[in-house]
Amino acid sequence: MIIDLLLFRTTLAIYAVATGLALTDILWRRPAIGRHSRVLLWSGFGLHCLTLINRYLATGFLPLSSLHESLSFFAWAIIGTYLLFHMRYRLAVLGAFVTPLALVLMIFGSTVPMSSTPLNPSLQSVWLPVHVGLAFLGDAVFALAAVAGGLYLLQERMLKKKKVSSLFYRLPSLQTLDNLNHRCLSIGFPLMTLGIITGAIWADRAWGAYWSWDPKETWALITWFLYAALLHGRLAIGWRGRKAAMLAILGFACLLFTFFGVNLLLSGLHSYATFGTP
Amino acid sequence: MNFLVIGLSYKTAPVELRERLSFTSGDPGTVLRAITALSGITEGMILSTCNRVEVYAAAQNPALGCARLQRFLAEHHQLDEAQLKPHLYIHSGRDAIRHLFRVASSLDSMILGEPQVLGQLKEAYTQAESSCTAGPVLNRLLPRAFAAAKRVRNETAIAQHAVSVSYAAVELARKIFGDLAGKTVMIVGAGKMCELAARHLTGQKIGEVLVTNRTLSRAQALAEQFGGRSVPFAEFPLFLHQADIVLTSTAAGGVLLTRAQLEQIIRQRKNRPMFLIDIAVPRNIDPEANNIDNVYLYDIDDLNGVIETNLRERRKAAKKAEDIIDQEIIRFYSWLRSLEATPMIVALRQQAEDIRLQETAKTLGGLQHLDPSDRRAIEALTRSIVNKMLHPPVTALKRIGDDITGEIYLEAVRRLFDLPTDPQQPTQPAPLEEVSDKKQDISS
Repeated sequence: MIIDLLLFRTTLAIYAVATGLALTDILWRRPAIGRHSRVLLWSGFGLHCLTLINRYLATGFLPLSSLHESLSFFAWAIIGTYLLFHMRYRLAVLGAFVTPLALVLMIFGSTVPMSSTPLNPSLQSVWLPVHVGLAFLGDAVFALAAVAGGLYLLQERMLKKKKVSSLFYRLPSLQTLDNLNHRCLSIGFPLMTLGIITGAIWADRAWGAYWSWDPKETWALITWFLYAALLHGRLAIGWRGRKAAMLAILGFACLLFTFFGVNLLLSGLHSYATFGTP
Repeated sequence: MNFLVIGLSYKTAPVELRERLSFTSGDPGTVLRAITALSGITEGMILSTCNRVEVYAAAQNPALGCARLQRFLAEHHQLDEAQLKPHLYIHSGRDAIRHLFRVASSLDSMILGEPQVLGQLKEAYTQAESSCTAGPVLNRLLPRAFAAAKRVRNETAIAQHAVSVSYAAVELARKIFGDLAGKTVMIVGAGKMCELAARHLTGQKIGEVLVTNRTLSRAQALAEQFGGRSVPFAEFPLFLHQADIVLTSTAAGGVLLTRAQLEQIIRQRKNRPMFLIDIAVPRNIDPEANNIDNVYLYDIDDLNGVIETNLRERRKAAKKAEDIIDQEIIRFYSWLRSLEATPMIVALRQQAEDIRLQETAKTLGGLQHLDPSDRRAIEALTRSIVNKMLHPPVTALKRIGDDITGEIYLEAVRRLFDLPTDPQQPTQPAPLEEVSDKKQDISS
C-alpha cells in the first residue's frame, strides 16, 4: 500500500531530523534547536498515529501482528511516553537520548517486510491488542527508565570524579533522574503485569493452556522478576540512585532480549513474529 | 565630534592608585560638570568601580581632549601627572567604542562575565544624564553598549556557571538534589568561609539549618543569623543523618568524620544522597568517604577545580563574545551612516525637483498655445522622468547602511550631483560624524 509506505517513511524521516536536532542541541549547546526538535517530534508522533490508524482501518486489526508492526508500535509508544513525561516534568535533555532509540527501532522496522499477513486464526481475538498493546506500553515506559538510568550513571560518575562539562550542566539533577526511575517503575510494572496476565488468558483461549513455558514466556517472567525485585528494593529496602539505575538498565536489556533475542535465537509458540515467517 | 575614553583599571594600575583616583566620594554632578567645562569637551561620563576608573567623553579634538582630561584627573586627585601617565590608557574613535562595549559586556572584567559592571555602567550613564553632561554622542553609544552586553549575555555562555567557591557549592548541590527547598543543611565550624557558603545556600529557600562549633556561643550566633538551631559540638554526629548538605570548616579540627561513620549514616538515611563540602584545611572529612554510594564529597581543591573548568568555559565563550562586539560595532557604524544617508536623499530629491520646476516653467512659458490638460501631461511627464532617474541612486543610498564601504557611495553621490557637504544643517555638523577609525596617538 503506497499510502502506508509513504506515511511510515515520512514519520521515519521526521524522527531522523528530530534526532539530529536534539543531538545538535546537546553536543553544541543550542537549546533553540532543541525546541525545534521537540516540535518536529510532536508532528512526527502525530503522523505516526495516522500511520497506525491507517493500518488499523486497512486490516481491521490493531497493527501488532508482524515484526514490522511491533517495531513501529514500540517506537510510537516510546516517543509518546517521552512526550507525555516531558509535558509533565520538562525533561528536554532526555529527548536527545530517547529519540535515537525510537529511530533505531524505526529503521529496523523499515528493513523488515511491511506487508501485513493475514492473521493466523488461532491468534484472532480481542486479547491480541490488549495483551500486545499493554506489553509494549510497559516496555516503552521501561525504555524511558533505562535512559534515565543511563543518564543517572553518567551524571553520578561526573559528580564523583569531579569533572564538570557543558553536558554535566545540561543533565537533570540526580534527584530528578531517580524520581523518573521511580515513576516509570510504578507505571511500567503494572502495565507489564497486566500484559502477562492478559497474555496468559489469551494463551488459554488460543492454545488451551495459561502457561506453557515457551521461551518468550520464560524470559518475560525473568524480566518481570527483575523489575519486581527493583520495585521491592526501592519500596522496602531503600534502594535508590546507582543501584536502581543499573537495575533499570539491566531490566531493559532483559526486556529487549525477550522481544528480539527470543525470536531470533530460540523457537517457540511466539515465533510468528520472526523475520518473514508469519 | 570624537568619542574617547581615558582611564586605568586593575590591568594597568595597583589598587593604591585606583583608590586615590576613585570618584566615589563627593558630588558626582560637580565633577562631571567640571569635565564638560574643560574647553573642547562637550560630554562626559565617569565609571568608577573598585577595579577601574574611566572617563568617557566627547571632544572636538581627541588629542587635545585627552591631554586636558589627563591633566584634570591628576589635578583633581592632587597627583603628579607624570606619575599617573604610565598607568593610563587612552582610546578614541572606534577603539574607544570597542572598549566601552567590552567593558559593558564584562569582557574587560577581572572575573570574566561578572554581572556587576553593566549595572555600574548604567548608573554612571544615569548620573551623566541627570547632570546634563550626556549629549548626542553618549546618548547614541550607551544604549548600543547595553544592547551589545545583553546580546553577549544571551548568546554566549560567558555568565554561566559558578566562578566562586560558594556559588559552585550551591550549583553542585542543585545537580544532586534538584530543588534545594526543604533540604537540611548542617554547618560544622563557624568560620568566615562557612558563613559565606551558608549565606548562599540559605538564599535558596532551604529547610532547616543546623550549626555546630566548638564554642557554643559562636554556633548560636551563626544559627540565629540564618534562622537555624545550634547543636553541641560533641553531639553533632548524632544529628548528621538529618543533614542533606554538610559544610565543614573547623580550622584546627583534623578529621572529624571517618568513612565508617559516614557509611553508617548513609544507611541510617536509607541511601538518600548526601553532599559534603569540606572547605577546611587540613580536611575535616576522610577523603575516602567519596567512594561511598550516594555520598558526594568535595574539598576545597575539588571546588577550585570546578571553578577552573567553568572559567575555561567562560574564556571560550569570550572568543565568541568578541565576535559579537565586532558585529555590534559594524552595526553601530552602519546605523550612523544611515543617519547620514537620509538627509542626503532629501537633498538629492530637492535638487532634482528644483531643476524640474525651473525647466518646465521655462519650456511651458514658450508654449502658450497649449491647453491646461496638455500642460498637465507635460508636468506629469517631467515628474515621472525625474522619479525614474532618481529611483536607483536613492535605493542604493537607502541600502548603504548595510555596507561597510557605504561612505564611498555617499561621497560619490555628493560629488556627482554637486550636493552641499552637509545637506540639512550646514552650520551644525551631525554628531559623531567624524568618529575616527584610527587610534589617535596621544602620548607622542
